Amino acid sequence: MAEVRLTGDWTLHGDVLSWSEFTQDLQASRQTLAIIRVTCIEPFDWDSRLLTFLRNLADFAGTQGIRLETDALPTGIRQLLQLSRAVPENSAVQAGFEGPSLLHRLGEGLLDGLHEARLFTHFVGEWIIALFRLIMGRANFRRSDFLLFLQSTGADALPIVSLISILVGAVLAFVGAVQLQMFGAEIYVANLVGLGVVREMGSMMTAIIMAGRTGSAYAAQLGTMQVNEEIDALKTLGVSPMEFLVLPRSLALLIMLPLLCLWADVLGILGGVIVGITLLDISLLEYLVQTQQAITLGDVAVGLIKSFIFAGVISLAGCLRGLQSGRNSSAVGNATTSAMVTAILLIVVWDALTTLIFNRLGI
Amino acid sequence: MQRQLEVNNATIAYAEIPVVRGVSLELDAGEIGCLLGPSGCGKTSLLRAIAGFEPLTVGEIHLHGRCVTRPGMTLAPEKRRVGMVFQDFALYPHLTVTDNVAFGLRGLGRRERRRRVEELLTLVDLQGQGEKYPHQLSGGQQQRVALIRAMAPRPDILLLDEPFSGLDVELREQLAREVRGILQRDGITAILVTHDQHEAFAMADRIGVLGEGHLRQWASGYDLYHRPADHFVADFIGQGVFISGRVVDAGQVETALGRVNGVFVTEVQVGEPVELLLRPDDIIHDDASLMQLEVVEKAFRGAEYLYTLKMQDGTRLLCMVQSHHDHEIGEMIGITLEVGHLVAFPTP
Repeated sequence: MAEVRLTGDWTLHGDVLSWSEFTQDLQASRQTLAIIRVTCIEPFDWDSRLLTFLRNLADFAGTQGIRLETDALPTGIRQLLQLSRAVPENSAVQAGFEGPSLLHRLGEGLLDGLHEARLFTHFVGEWIIALFRLIMGRANFRRSDFLLFLQSTGADALPIVSLISILVGAVLAFVGAVQLQMFGAEIYVANLVGLGVVREMGSMMTAIIMAGRTGSAYAAQLGTMQVNEEIDALKTLGVSPMEFLVLPRSLALLIMLPLLCLWADVLGILGGVIVGITLLDISLLEYLVQTQQAITLGDVAVGLIKSFIFAGVISLAGCLRGLQSGRNSSAVGNATTSAMVTAILLIVVWDALTTLIFNRLGI
Repeated sequence: MQRQLEVNNATIAYAEIPVVRGVSLELDAGEIGCLLGPSGCGKTSLLRAIAGFEPLTVGEIHLHGRCVTRPGMTLAPEKRRVGMVFQDFALYPHLTVTDNVAFGLRGLGRRERRRRVEELLTLVDLQGQGEKYPHQLSGGQQQRVALIRAMAPRPDILLLDEPFSGLDVELREQLAREVRGILQRDGITAILVTHDQHEAFAMADRIGVLGEGHLRQWASGYDLYHRPADHFVADFIGQGVFISGRVVDAGQVETALGRVNGVFVTEVQVGEPVELLLRPDDIIHDDASLMQLEVVEKAFRGAEYLYTLKMQDGTRLLCMVQSHHDHEIGEMIGITLEVGHLVAFPTP
């Protein structure tokens, strides 16, 4: 029989003997040992360091067929030791730290992306079929809903669109003016602001505002209906959610976003005018004439076409995410976020693509 | 009679984990069926599969003689002529009661539509409430609007997903009976999902008990209670206790409470060790009896007390006694057994 007497402090910060040194002594005499008795001199400080030691000792004793007596230890230590035996080690926790390999994740990401693209294409196809049914007059379509959406996406969005457009126009004018003054060509600020706003910023800014304001609202509305099982109810009543819910929303945005874009173009130029008159000493008439010469009807059309595409992207992303929403309230939040992200991503990608195409075509 | 619903060997799996396994059931026209089971048993999944919201991995569903679901083919819900009443009613908050009910009647002319809505509102005693919005109605009234909205297009089958769970307990049974009356008057085939057996008994002609995705039994409420097919059904339906015993001959079980006589309704072999089901109403309070057991718990039920009695070996029994027999906990009371039919399952 051997006695292990614990003295001093057994804490993580304390200086205690290492397990390997200790076992060397034990290994030497393991043949003759039958019982190890652990005792201690109280009071002493201990924490998990001691318990690790005791567990190691118990494991060692177990493999060598030695009996370990711990009756002399305080009850607190004995209970904890017992508890550490009671629950098997959770192997799943350790497995969780080993994530899949980079290649694995890349592949999965690609497959997810392809799946998403397929869903979106499918959704667009269904939308077009629903539109045909509407034109044939066979769709379930509530006109009052449609008018309500026209108001909420169009008129209600005017204040924020106005404010942001004026500021964007002014900022463009200001940044341009600082550079152009070096050449004494301040008058070309009108060209810069006019073309910039009409071709790019007008459609882009309104699209991003509406993605945040309307796209996410659509996702939230449809997601909530999904949670309340209202969409399932529609289906069992023989009404297609595409015709009844998606069509009025997307048509409202398709009509209103180009109009808002036109409004934003005008106000963006107004922002430029304000900067031009107050800071650059250009007269109003001069500025307007310069702008008129700079912008062609084609430039305006480019902005409006883009805006029309953005409207489709925003409304379909919002509605798709809303319909895909899960059946609990946190899923609605996720759907809203996801609608925003999808819409803004697609807006920027489309914008780059169309700019490239128009540039090549020389429009 | 026309077979309205036929489910053959239906299996539903989410991410390859089956939640409904090989369920088969049938419902004739005008019958009301019920899927009963604890939460998570797959009853709602099965109902949603019948409605067309869930695909099947194995099996088929036929509605009105037409195959609507098989693996790889799921006819869209809007094309199956089903009506569904949802747990939280799913009424459209921005539409009036009339518009909600008329929702599924878009194919009809204006006058005809109005007539049908009036007729349905009268059916559920809501005449004159048509111009109100759903939030202006009580829970029970909203429930009835949801019901007639689903009934309005005259579906082949009406599906009710825990339709009374959002209502007060007192209202439930009464409403379940009312709804049964309405469905029967119109000869509508319906299937109800619930976890409340009283609701099921009040409404359904045939009840299916689901446990862990399996259909354990498809029978009337009476048969489920008195002739349960297995241990699970016996445990789930009604109250009761299993005591161990041994079959001594065709009609007798030897138990710690002596020999119990009756007619076996389950398959057992003579000489086999069994678990015998004792319902609270099988145990009769009798002061003169020699069999005296200790009261360990009592629960007041109004007209009755439900006593929990302890046998010598620690097994507990339930006994329903009229409440003027008021005994204290710890007291010994006499009982006799009056078991009509013996429900016994071989000891596993």
